[in-house]
Amino acid sequence: MSIDSAPDTAAPPPAPAGKAATKQNLRPGDRVFLGLARGSGITLLVIMAAIAVFLTWQATKALTENEGNFLTTFEWDPNAEPPVFGIAVLAFGTVVSSVIAMVLAVPISIGIALFISHYAPRRVATPMAYVVDLLAAVPSIVYGLWGALFLVPHLTGLYEWMDAYLGWTGVFEYNGGAARSLFTAGILLAIMILPVVTNVSREVFKQSPKMHEEAALALGATRWEVIRISVLPFGRSGVISASMLGLGRALGETMAVATVLSPSFMIETSLLDPGGGTFAQNIAASFKEASPAGIGREALIASGLVLFVITLLVNGLARLIIARRKEYSGANA
Amino acid sequence: MAKRIDVSGLAAYYGTHLAIDDISMSIEPRSVTAFIGPSGCGKSTFLRTLNRMHEVTPGGRVEGKVLLDDEDLYGPGVDPVSVRRTIGMVFQRPNPFPTMSIYDNVAAGLKLNGNFKKAELDGIVEKSLKGANLWNEVKDRLNKPGSGLSGGQQQRLCIARAIAVEPQVLLMDEPCSALDPISTLAIEDLIGELKSQYTIVIVTHNMQQAARVSDRTAFFNLAAVGQPGKLIEIDDTERIFSNPTVQATEDYISGRFG
Amino acid sequence: MTDVTLDKSPVDEAPVPTTGPLRQPRLPNWAPYGIGALSVALGCGIGLVAGLESRIQWGLIAAALYVVVTFALTTTVEGSRQARDRLATSLVWVSFLLAVVPLFSLIWETVARGSKVLDGTFVSHSMNGVITLQPGGGAYHALVGTLEQIGLASLIAAPIGLLTAIYLVEYGTGKLSKAITFFVDVMTGIPSIVAGLFVLAFWIIYLDMGYSGFAGAMSLAILMMPIVVRSTEEMLKLVPNELREASLALGVPKWRTILKVVLPTAIGGITTGVMLAVARIAGETAPILLLVFGSASINTNPFDGAQSSLPYYVYEQWKLGNEASYDRAWGGALLLIAFVMALNLLARGIAAWKAPKSGR
Repeated sequence: MSIDSAPDTAAPPPAPAGKAATKQNLRPGDRVFLGLARGSGITLLVIMAAIAVFLTWQATKALTENEGNFLTTFEWDPNAEPPVFGIAVLAFGTVVSSVIAMVLAVPISIGIALFISHYAPRRVATPMAYVVDLLAAVPSIVYGLWGALFLVPHLTGLYEWMDAYLGWTGVFEYNGGAARSLFTAGILLAIMILPVVTNVSREVFKQSPKMHEEAALALGATRWEVIRISVLPFGRSGVISASMLGLGRALGETMAVATVLSPSFMIETSLLDPGGGTFAQNIAASFKEASPAGIGREALIASGLVLFVITLLVNGLARLIIARRKEYSGANA
Repeated sequence: MAKRIDVSGLAAYYGTHLAIDDISMSIEPRSVTAFIGPSGCGKSTFLRTLNRMHEVTPGGRVEGKVLLDDEDLYGPGVDPVSVRRTIGMVFQRPNPFPTMSIYDNVAAGLKLNGNFKKAELDGIVEKSLKGANLWNEVKDRLNKPGSGLSGGQQQRLCIARAIAVEPQVLLMDEPCSALDPISTLAIEDLIGELKSQYTIVIVTHNMQQAARVSDRTAFFNLAAVGQPGKLIEIDDTERIFSNPTVQATEDYISGRFG
Repeated sequence: MTDVTLDKSPVDEAPVPTTGPLRQPRLPNWAPYGIGALSVALGCGIGLVAGLESRIQWGLIAAALYVVVTFALTTTVEGSRQARDRLATSLVWVSFLLAVVPLFSLIWETVARGSKVLDGTFVSHSMNGVITLQPGGGAYHALVGTLEQIGLASLIAAPIGLLTAIYLVEYGTGKLSKAITFFVDVMTGIPSIVAGLFVLAFWIIYLDMGYSGFAGAMSLAILMMPIVVRSTEEMLKLVPNELREASLALGVPKWRTILKVVLPTAIGGITTGVMLAVARIAGETAPILLLVFGSASINTNPFDGAQSSLPYYVYEQWKLGNEASYDRAWGGALLLIAFVMALNLLARGIAAWKAPKSGR
């Protein structure tokens, strides 16, 4: 392992070089400081390990007592005798609401990112970048409150419309009532992940080499053609990883979904009708009923573990793409 | 198909900063005109006003007239996109599109401008690459990325890309400054061949190069840092290098400053 | 290098007779605005006539009209290439509006409805003994809870995050630092509810401790750590190496170099990063729901018993589902947004103020 020698090589050898290279010769101050710094780093690793261990451990407790099938049961009744619970509905709802959010947010984010990086004059672009940052800073519960008390009532009209024109698909049927559906959750999630996707895409678009843009311009390309030829191919992997980061956010969002969704343990074929649930929403909604006596809390932890693993995979993938990209652009620099 | 350029009273700004002022000159068709002058004298800026590339820089603004065979590039209703399509440009650093193959790089301009059949495209790509003296070196790897070529080859690829759309004028902004001597020679030979078909304008820092490749030479200078660059004189290259009318030109050419 | 702003429409009047090959028939300069105004008018008109109650529909109709009309007009007047260019431009503008509209709606709603209840009483009273159906009560207890929880979380997360970043930038080259870098990335992606569940599993279920502000603070610290590490790392990397070498060459030990030279140089950026991280966790609700449990009365001791917090207060009041509690929820939301925005602005202010001195 090279970690031990690293600090020594980084520090300049004081006086005789032969002695300085050994660990014992570190000054006490240096040794303490390095210990603290490394200790903090290790603490971080320990926390991550502890998260995995404790979640798995508590989840196993619940899973061994579960009488239903954890993956396919359409029910959440861990306090019953015998306990029955499954994540089928939650997995469906989580995936569907996040996918809706992605479909809505990614194209719009690309649009805003291009607006800031290539379309808007600078005196508009800079404030716009601030506005996007502000969007990112608004707490999720405020989005949730706004979603529940403002967005939901205003969506009924839109849903009736979608029902009239797209109802034949079966996916966009709407039977009246409050618009507290997975689709609404998706819209709200889209608004929330917009800044994440926009910011990362914007950074990538801004790095797009000027010389390639000029090359396209000099060939007589219109502004859109410049973007299509030189900016978008350059930024593609960046946009993909930005979208994955956004997806990671959407998958784990709790309060915004918990406030706008009217949950049920059924899978609705129509996305506009109330019902369904997501991992995070279900944890928030069922927690107060989960008595410490039964395995209610452990069952929720089990579903949280699934969410944890999914977000890990999605984020890991996003980071992998970013890292690849860095290597690629580094090699070309 | 080459056209002549007449510039009169041209000034270019960066924001409020006046970069070049009061430039008037004629650029003859089917000849090579070289722009020389010390750094910061505005010769590249002037070049970029000739195909309306100056205005893509934030704050970039142009006053005056640039006539391309009697049509003002800055006249009302003129589309800068058509201007750039008509007046091709080669840049200081070779800049083939990194995500495209050699073939696609050459065809990039054509694909923007309409529907060509595959056979037509093949023909034009081959003709352009031959025109840029690159065909023999790349004909077996047309589908490989253009970034895999050497610097000199990349620059010739950029020239092929520029001439594929059959422009009237070819602007070159120090096309050899990033290249080694052998690649430079290849580009200079190519410029000599291309001038039979195109109006060529080349900015260069290298006075030997200007003497070698150009028919006419324009010398630019600026009174002081912060002052706008101006055209000092333009004449046949031979005259400029042997017997210039202005003292500053002689000083610059003989290496006394700049 | 400045970035490129692409073609602006040339300064020209109405279409000029096409004389040369360089001239293309073009829409007049005011065309986008004209089409925009027309689309908005038509959108509202159609909305009114068809009796569509939702403004969202009006806006969508107007946006769709704008895009379609622009495309059709440009295709006929300027040709298909220009049409595609204009289509892209109008789509970019529409997406810009689509992002701005919800933000302004959200801010407007929060300010308009929150300012009704936000007054001296609201910030100085708890909900203890308040009948939830009636107006009155306040968020004092929640404010106290929030301040204590984010204070504790910062006390845990800031030093660990800072030291970890120092380790990564100043010492780390080996496998350990690679592992830490990777897991910091992973940690950034942890949903807040999962962080809450972990503390629940470890602190409340395994160690059998009660609900408390401290439990919430621990989960907030987990969420805060990676943000602090990331931003501190960025700032430390900006400190020029010459500075370190100059100090080391004077015989100053490495730890003192870091404390006396590196950290002071980067302190502005680091403070900004920490404050942004605090702003971020101040709005977290999910872990509080699981670990602090919520309470209507004032509990100033974060180590014992249930507390409330501003985000939790908003959620709780919303859940009660009557007009008086909705008003209180908006009041809490306004307070929360104001707090978070103030932190953000302050952080950016520090960054802007310190930027020229640090950096390069």
